[in-house]
Amino acid sequence: MSLNELITSSASALAEKLAAKEVSSEEVTRAHLDRIAEVDGGERGVHAFLHVNTEEALAVAREVDAARAAGGDDAAALHPLAGVPIAIKDLIVTVGQPTTAGSRILEGWMSPYDATVIKKIRAAKLPILGKTNLDEFAMGSSTEHSAFGPTRNPWDLDRIPGGSGGGSAAAVAAFEAPLALGTDTGGSIRQPGAVTGTVGVKPTYGAVSRYGAIAMASSLDQIGPVSRTVLDSALLQELVGGYDPFDSTSLTDPFDTLVAAAKEGSVAGLRIGVVKELGGEGYQAGVEARFHEALELLKGAGATVVEVSCPNFQYALGAYYLIMPSEVSSNLAKFDGVRYGLRVLPKDGPMTIERVMGATRAAGFGDEAKRRIILGTYALSAGYYDAYYGSAQKVRTLVQRDFEAAFAKADVLISPTAPTTAFRLGEKLDDPLAMYLNDVATIPANLAGVPGLSLPGGLADEDGLPVGIQLLAPARQDARLYRVGAALESLLEAQWGGPLLAKAPSLTAATAATTEGVK
Amino acid sequence: MAEITRDDVAHLAQLARIEMSEAELDKMAGELAHIVDAVKSVSEAAGPDVPATSHPIPLSNVFREDVVGHVLTPAEALSGAPDADEDRFRVPAILDEE
Repeated sequence: MSLNELITSSASALAEKLAAKEVSSEEVTRAHLDRIAEVDGGERGVHAFLHVNTEEALAVAREVDAARAAGGDDAAALHPLAGVPIAIKDLIVTVGQPTTAGSRILEGWMSPYDATVIKKIRAAKLPILGKTNLDEFAMGSSTEHSAFGPTRNPWDLDRIPGGSGGGSAAAVAAFEAPLALGTDTGGSIRQPGAVTGTVGVKPTYGAVSRYGAIAMASSLDQIGPVSRTVLDSALLQELVGGYDPFDSTSLTDPFDTLVAAAKEGSVAGLRIGVVKELGGEGYQAGVEARFHEALELLKGAGATVVEVSCPNFQYALGAYYLIMPSEVSSNLAKFDGVRYGLRVLPKDGPMTIERVMGATRAAGFGDEAKRRIILGTYALSAGYYDAYYGSAQKVRTLVQRDFEAAFAKADVLISPTAPTTAFRLGEKLDDPLAMYLNDVATIPANLAGVPGLSLPGGLADEDGLPVGIQLLAPARQDARLYRVGAALESLLEAQWGGPLLAKAPSLTAATAATTEGVK
Repeated sequence: MAEITRDDVAHLAQLARIEMSEAELDKMAGELAHIVDAVKSVSEAAGPDVPATSHPIPLSNVFREDVVGHVLTPAEALSGAPDADEDRFRVPAILDEE
């Protein structure tokens, strides 16, 4: 394989080449580390990574190569993805590498334990390339709220890669990693997938253990896969998913037919519901155009397209921005300068623990984290609780009922993933409400706990940037997303003559030219 | 527009243990009022007969066997602490006066 093929191949293609011993894991891992060194750093680098885990990744790769060379039981025991490198969102705790959550308050902190998903990745011997950038504590839609600087969109380095998991999506789009893990509380896997031309899946709530994912909003958070193909996400979700006694919200249902569903990929006879409320006003023309073309392709392949209405989705964004900050204000209370992370002493006055907490949290949290903590504290405070938090929880019931009614008429639902393509860095940074609107189409799934998948739908005519198509299925029916997603992906790629990312501009020229300029 | 004063924010910041400058309090009061205006329609969405949902997938009574397992050693638990002493987290005075 050429060096270029090593980094542009899908994870499933790499897995096949590794199993056939056409390439070694050390070669594959080194090619990705070299790519990271080439395009990630510098003034105009992608900046997808906060930490690169070179030595451990190469050591794991060599273990896989040794097992394969030994043959026999050692080789037979290898997981199909063994030796395929992966990047991890820096909200997920890892022994031996720092975990920052994109926050100054955890800068330099080393977790004493691994998240369950990390244990599974280690057991399957996927070399971990490093930890990826995110909005602080996963709060944002652009990765600009990272305390360590924004990530750039590989399609246009002056634009956002989405958020909060912009680092994982950009790493996969920039061919720095074939696979990544993200977390999705209101769209943080799917919206970055949409604006970077990659695939991202939010599984059913409870399908993947959240043990070791630093909690943002516990009733909404979900870990899920990021990749360049639908099949690759299925492979990764099957690896990291499943029941975990360490997560009391973990589901005991088996999620073991995802890969088979992705390989089958069919829509014939399927009812696909277009959600009336997720489109039209507020959605960019180029996004709508690609979305409607996708519908035509699905019809052509034998699916029936029906319109469904979810009238309470109009309240979903409001309910989300009450429930999420309320849970944030509670979950982030533990960052108080006592058990881990930063401790800042007040400059003067009495040295009490309360004042130390106030000074620590003032210095350690960024603006958006503070905004959401204060908003949550407000929504939960006496006199407002019933009107805000209580009402939002009722809206959650109404959103679930809308989904139930819609799924009575359709097997899967479909919508654009995000209302627009990637906007410019800085464009919405000072307007929290404009930023929050990016999640309007992704939030209902989190409120209801249903699974959602975003896949590339093409490029918008007006700006040439990727558009995402979102599929939604009933709770526990993740396999359905992979079956339909894989079918739509192959229909679209047949039209494009290959993967969408083949149309992305060369990064080496863009990042290197300006790095030279800076020197 | 929702009425959120600088004093309200100062009180919330005190509850949330975040020290804020006068300028931050002013800015936050304006932003909060805008956000609350944008989300307050939720209070009109549902009638009294609609039950609240706190957890998306119904689960109840998730228990495990009451057996001692190994989780973290004291050294591991204290490994990230800003200050520790004899297997304990060390903190400044808890009471205003001692």
